[in-house]
Parts: sequence; structure tokens; C-alpha cells
Amino acid sequence: MSASPVTIIVFIALFVFVALLGLFGSRWRAGDLSQLHEWGLGGRSFGTLITWFLLGGDLYTAYTFIAVPALMFGAGAAGFFAVPYATLMYPLLFLAFPRLWSVASRHGYITAADFVRGRFGHRGLALAVAVTGLVAVMPYIALQLVGMQVVIAALGLNYNITVPLLGTVSVPLISAFAVLAAFTYTSGLRGTALIAVVKDLLVYITVLAAIIIIPAQLGGYGKVFASVPPAQLLLPPAQGHSLGAGFGYVTLALGSLLALFLYPHSVTGILSSSSRNVIRRNAIVLPAYSIALALIALLGFMAIAAGVKAMPEYAEGFKAFGNNFAVPALFLHMFPAWFAGFAFAAIAIGALMPASIMAIACGNLFTRNIFKEYLAPNCQPQTEAKVAKLVAFIAKLGALFFVLELQTSYAIQLQLLGGIWICQTLPAVLIGLYWRLDPRGLLAGWAAGIGAGTWMVAELGFKSSTYSLHILGWTIPCYAAISALVLNLIVSWVVTLILRAASVAPTRDETVAEDYV
Amino acid sequence: MSWGTHVYEDKAPRRKFSPVYLFLLIPYIAFAWVPFYNRIAPEIFGIPFFYWWQMAWIILTAVCIVPVYLWQERRDGDRP
Repeated sequence: MSASPVTIIVFIALFVFVALLGLFGSRWRAGDLSQLHEWGLGGRSFGTLITWFLLGGDLYTAYTFIAVPALMFGAGAAGFFAVPYATLMYPLLFLAFPRLWSVASRHGYITAADFVRGRFGHRGLALAVAVTGLVAVMPYIALQLVGMQVVIAALGLNYNITVPLLGTVSVPLISAFAVLAAFTYTSGLRGTALIAVVKDLLVYITVLAAIIIIPAQLGGYGKVFASVPPAQLLLPPAQGHSLGAGFGYVTLALGSLLALFLYPHSVTGILSSSSRNVIRRNAIVLPAYSIALALIALLGFMAIAAGVKAMPEYAEGFKAFGNNFAVPALFLHMFPAWFAGFAFAAIAIGALMPASIMAIACGNLFTRNIFKEYLAPNCQPQTEAKVAKLVAFIAKLGALFFVLELQTSYAIQLQLLGGIWICQTLPAVLIGLYWRLDPRGLLAGWAAGIGAGTWMVAELGFKSSTYSLHILGWTIPCYAAISALVLNLIVSWVVTLILRAASVAPTRDETVAEDYV
Repeated sequence: MSWGTHVYEDKAPRRKFSPVYLFLLIPYIAFAWVPFYNRIAPEIFGIPFFYWWQMAWIILTAVCIVPVYLWQERRDGDRP
């Protein structure tokens, strides 16, 4: 299996262009990159347009572009949950996140855990939030590299070398990794923001071409939908005493969107904007990406209609990557060679850019909430920035090791758990913007939520995250993140009430009402 | 409001609730009502209702945010 040389040349040319852009990004609106907020938040300087590109590139990752159509391809309508997920996050972004931005800029907070530390005056809770963020985002970085692997395989770039300790490694993957590490280190969030602009343009052009060219060749959208097995075209209706698949669909969308905004890389993207109005305006214009995502989801159905799975030339790819190979196969089959290269570059750069923000977010989190808090409380700002750059590198190295040495399925399972875990920081971070429960109650709720969520997914054999609850004779299929979050909130609240009744001394809140508006 | 003997101070500001915020609730209702949109007919350009209803609500959600944005703009403009 090998793509045409034209495809490969276009792909490599675009990739090299983006790498250079990232490396020279440090000169763009240059700041003092030895300061953590300059390197790790771009100096909180991004206006509406750059934030639009940055958040768009950050929230809609390459893995989304591969996995969502793969889900539609394999499971049908259930995969369309990505649309309510990517849409319903915006009213929330509009309402809550300007408050986080205000309080963060007033107090110099860089991470969600910084805010929790200041708001609740409790080191244990801040550490719990920081560690949850670090653990949840690591498999996410690994999945970006998986997205890259799929593209490399589709291009047929199977150049492997044997390295001591690591065994057989793919040269293209290592090269992509080196590019990622180099520009993240030198340019920080500025380089990433520049790449985001190119990435988003590539993605939009690819999507526009795909939704015009492919259905035309397949005989229109009617034909595309007609080729989907009828049982997969809709969600199965609710029967008897069950809330049905529809409830699972909605809770999956809801839990995923709550998780998304709590991930460290989203917080980094949001806090790098230059004012709260930038965030409010972006809540109105960002849905443009959700339209692109919905159309990308439909590529899964187009892959069914094109019948790529039965074609012998793609059998190897499907064997190695399962349904995740559906979109690359569709592009190879339907697009002219040069444009397939263009589309693959869009996916590969779409993996590089969020991976960079995620690594930067890891650096920010570790430095602020673990290194400075516990290891070197009196460190200089320059040391802070150095440590963050180093940690960002180690995080990427860890992700690379993960992808090379362990099965891809582990990364996917850990990502599944990561979404459930990160949701458990919601009462401290998001609700903390409005109400102040007792930090010890929040810590107890966090532990209960993490425990219950992990247990439910373990019961399902780490294959699914929709766990059916049986309450009063009703069957309720619910995304585990949501049911765990309900338990978390109940425990947090009950413990808070008990502590208040027992007159336990409250902790200190360094923020005041005016900080939030 | 007092819990036991110690009254906790909640310092997050409370603003008066305005009905304009109800606009933000509409998209959640539109997507949560699965039994309503989980159907094939009516189709548009061969796209089943399930799909175009949800795609239409991407745009309608942005439209629902606009009045709240404008309202906040006016409120904050009036502030000294």
C-alpha cells in the first residue's frame, strides 16, 4: 500500500512550511519568553481572531476528525453525538469562562489549579485538580500521535529503523515528533497560534472540497444516506422501562462538553485571550467549527457509500487501524493525488498543533502547581519558564513512548477514563466560579467521583463509557462521567453541610466579588 | 442563611437575574428532546430529519447567544 508520489510531495512540502512557521513564531509579537506567562499563555495577548483560530484548532483535534467519522462509519447515528457536544459547549463558554478569565488575570493565575488554590486556600484540593489534569491530558497527546500514525500509514511511508531500547520505530513519526518538540520549546504558545491559522485554513478547504466533490461522485446525499444500514440511521427507540439510547446520547454529549472545558489545554487557550469580550465573541463565532465537524462526521457515511472497506488496497490499513482508517481511505479513493496530500497535511498538522498546546498546558500545570508549590517555592520566574519547557518536552516524550511501546487500544481506553476523571474537577473549578463549597467536601466528592467513574468503566471492561443504572425499576443508560459527577456533587455538598454544622474553621479565599466581573 | 453556628461568607457576586438568560437554555432543550428529532421524515436534499435538525441547531445556538451578548454589552456600557 503506497500513495502516489504527488500526494507525498504535497504532504511533505506543507509539513515543512508549517514547521518553519512554528520555529519562527517566537519573533511574532515578541515577548520575553523566559517568563512563564509569555511562553505558556502568549502573554495573554490574543484578540478575537487569533483566539478563534487557536481555540478552534485546540478543541477540534485531528483525533476528532478521524474518530468521529470512524464512529459514524461503524456505529451510525450514535456517532453524531459530536454535534450536540460541539454545539452546547458554547452557551457555557459564554456564561462561565469570562469569569474565569477575569479572576485569572487579576491574580496572575495560569492554570485551573492556580484558581482553585487561591479560591479555596487548600493545597490538597489544588494538587488533586492539577494531577487530574496532567493524568487526563497525557493519553490525549498520545491519541494525536495515533492520528499522525494513521496518516503516515495511508501515505505508505513505512520507513522503520531499529533503535536500542525502543525497538522498531517509524522514521516519519519520529520526525514529526522532533518538529513538534522543537517549535513548542522555542516559541511556546505563539508558534502554536501561528500554526493554528494554517491548520484551520487547510481543514476548511479540505472539508469544503469533501462535501462538494464526494457526494457528487456518489450520486448526492440521498444516495449516501440510502447506503447506510437502516438500523444505524437513527438511534434505537426507547422500549419499556428504559430511557433508551437517546438518554445515553445526550448524557455523552453533555459529559464530553463539560470535560472538554476542564482539560488543561482548553483552559490555556481560553486564558491566553486578551479580554473577556474576546471569549464572549468567540462563543458566537466558534460554532463555525461545529458545522465543519458535523460535515466531517458525515464523511463516515460517505465512506460506507463509497464501499472503501471492501477494497483490497485498503485492507491492510483497516486491519491496522480499524474504522479509524475510513476517512484516509475515502480521501485516497475520491480525491486527486495532490489534493489527498493536502488533506492528509491538514490532518497531520491538526494533530501537531493541539499536541503542542496540550504539552504547554502540562508544563504550566506541573511548574505552577507541583514544582513551585512543593519543590521550589522561591524559584525565579526564569526557572519557572525553564522547568515548564522541559516538562512539555517530557510529556511529549511520554506520549511518543506510549504510542510506540503499548497498544493503541490502551491510549484510547485511558482517554476514555481521562474524560471521566477530568469531569470530577467541575465542582471545584466551574461551580467554584459561582459558589464556594468547603474544599474538604470538594476533595471528598472528587475522590468519590473518580472512584465511581473508574469502577463503572471497569465493569464495562474498558470498552464503553455508557453505564446503565437501574433505579426504581427503570433502566437509565448514562455516560459514566455524568453519573459520577452527580455522586461527586452530592458528596461535596453533604460534607460541606456537615463541616458547617460542626463549625469547622473555614479556609481562606483570596479572591473578592469584584475579581469575577 | 445559617448552617449551625458558623455563617459562611460567599464572596462571589450576585447579579440580578434577567429573563434574557433564558435564551441560553433553548439549545439544551432542542438537543435533549431526542424522541422528537429521532426520525427520518421530513428529509431535506435527502438528509434525514435527525441530521439536519441537529445541524440547524448549531447555527440557532449561536443565534440564541446574540441577544444575551447585546444585553450584557448595554448593561456594561451603562456602568460607570
